[in-house]
Amino acid sequence: MTLADYLPIALMFVLGVGFASVAMYFSWRIAPKKPTPEKLAPYECGIVPLQEPAQRFPVKFYMVAMLFVIFDVEIIFLFAWAVRFDQFGWAGIAAVGIFVALLIETLVYVWKRGALDWNVARRARYRRVVAPERVQEEAA
Amino acid sequence: MTGWETLLTAAIKVAVAFALLLSLTIVLVWFERKIVADMQNRLGPTRAGPYGMLQTVADGVKLLFKESVTPRRVEFALYIAAPIAALVPALLIFLVIPIGRPFTLGDRVIDLAGTDLNVAVLYVLALSSLAVYAVVLAGWSSGSKYPLLGAVRASAQMISYEAAMGLALVPVILFTGTTSIRAIVDAQAGEFLSFLGIWNIVLVPSFLIFFIAGVAETNRAPFDLVEAESEIVGGYHTEYSGFRFALFFLAEYINIFNISALTTTLFLGGWHGPTFGAPEWLAWVFPIVWFFVKTVALVFVFVWIRASLPRMRYDQLMQFGWKRLIPLTLVWIILSTVAIGFRRFGAPWG
Repeated sequence: MTLADYLPIALMFVLGVGFASVAMYFSWRIAPKKPTPEKLAPYECGIVPLQEPAQRFPVKFYMVAMLFVIFDVEIIFLFAWAVRFDQFGWAGIAAVGIFVALLIETLVYVWKRGALDWNVARRARYRRVVAPERVQEEAA
Repeated sequence: MTGWETLLTAAIKVAVAFALLLSLTIVLVWFERKIVADMQNRLGPTRAGPYGMLQTVADGVKLLFKESVTPRRVEFALYIAAPIAALVPALLIFLVIPIGRPFTLGDRVIDLAGTDLNVAVLYVLALSSLAVYAVVLAGWSSGSKYPLLGAVRASAQMISYEAAMGLALVPVILFTGTTSIRAIVDAQAGEFLSFLGIWNIVLVPSFLIFFIAGVAETNRAPFDLVEAESEIVGGYHTEYSGFRFALFFLAEYINIFNISALTTTLFLGGWHGPTFGAPEWLAWVFPIVWFFVKTVALVFVFVWIRASLPRMRYDQLMQFGWKRLIPLTLVWIILSTVAIGFRRFGAPWG
């Protein structure tokens, strides 16, 4: 395992960037260029765009990103342990069991707090308007 | 090996891998269109070349000659960087996948893989995370409504399934004790008739979760909300045209091939398979054939899923990822760890 193992990756990186750039440049050179105001407008299915694209997004997306960080770090820890599994034996399994159990607990917590629920308003409306009998069943 | 030889070997490998991926894309697009057409009782492409096989080439050349519209509101530097950022990780992932058994040329042994990293599994996960950037950059830099929606959806979707994908690989690494893909393939070597006991597919839940997460990672149906054309036009590449769009398209198909090839390599024994007692000068052909047979079978599953399942709703998608796949994977990690522990170390009380 030497740095030479990464040489093909570096070469492929250069080749990939080079191919993509040259192809786009070549295509730009030979293709026709007939811009019109309509063509250059942001595409909205033929409707004239009236407002800037939204700058604010539901906080859900942000929460998913934070949860991902927790689980991605977990993956790195687990990989490191999995490679040396034989050396740690049952003590290692117990330690990782506690670690994974804590993460399951995290997941249960965010689940119960509703962080994983999408379309909450819509589902509430569905229960109220489309299937009111289900709301009564749940209340009973 | 001298420095020049190393460089030459690397250059040849990279050139071959690049040519292989480009020609495979041409075949795979045709393959997909034909299969979907058959499943929908249509003919699919028939005009260009035998059975329409050259249709993809014709489409590619057409895109090269088409106008690349640059809409008014784009952030040009990022807008141009996005297709490159989509293509490069796709090309790089393929380098760590061995497509056949090492062969000897003179006194040298040459791997039929771009390179053999001791952290190959981490490398693959890292690069598939980088693929998110292409989508986000494309969507954000377009300065338009639908691409931005597509990009935000994509970022949440891809990182969610990325977590499931990485967790699904933990039992595989436990089982083989390495993160080098070549070593994982070697660990699956064995006689064909007892293959079920040897291939990593014995870790069935890992296999299924990895493949499902792979379909979601590549933004393919039924997880293609990123480019759900009935809701958000073309998603993140709405504002791309001409060859800039073609690069996204190319990256998508290379990614499909990569995920299929990775599933083959990690779970289905890679290039291992019977050689039917062929003589030595012929025996190296079989591993390559086996690798492609297995991989194309998985690509077929990709297409089959696309033709069979309707697109999920976004809340269903996120709930499936976080409330089904990830808890299932965590429980599976514990179960498989205990099972492998019993096999390796015996009972803890014994």
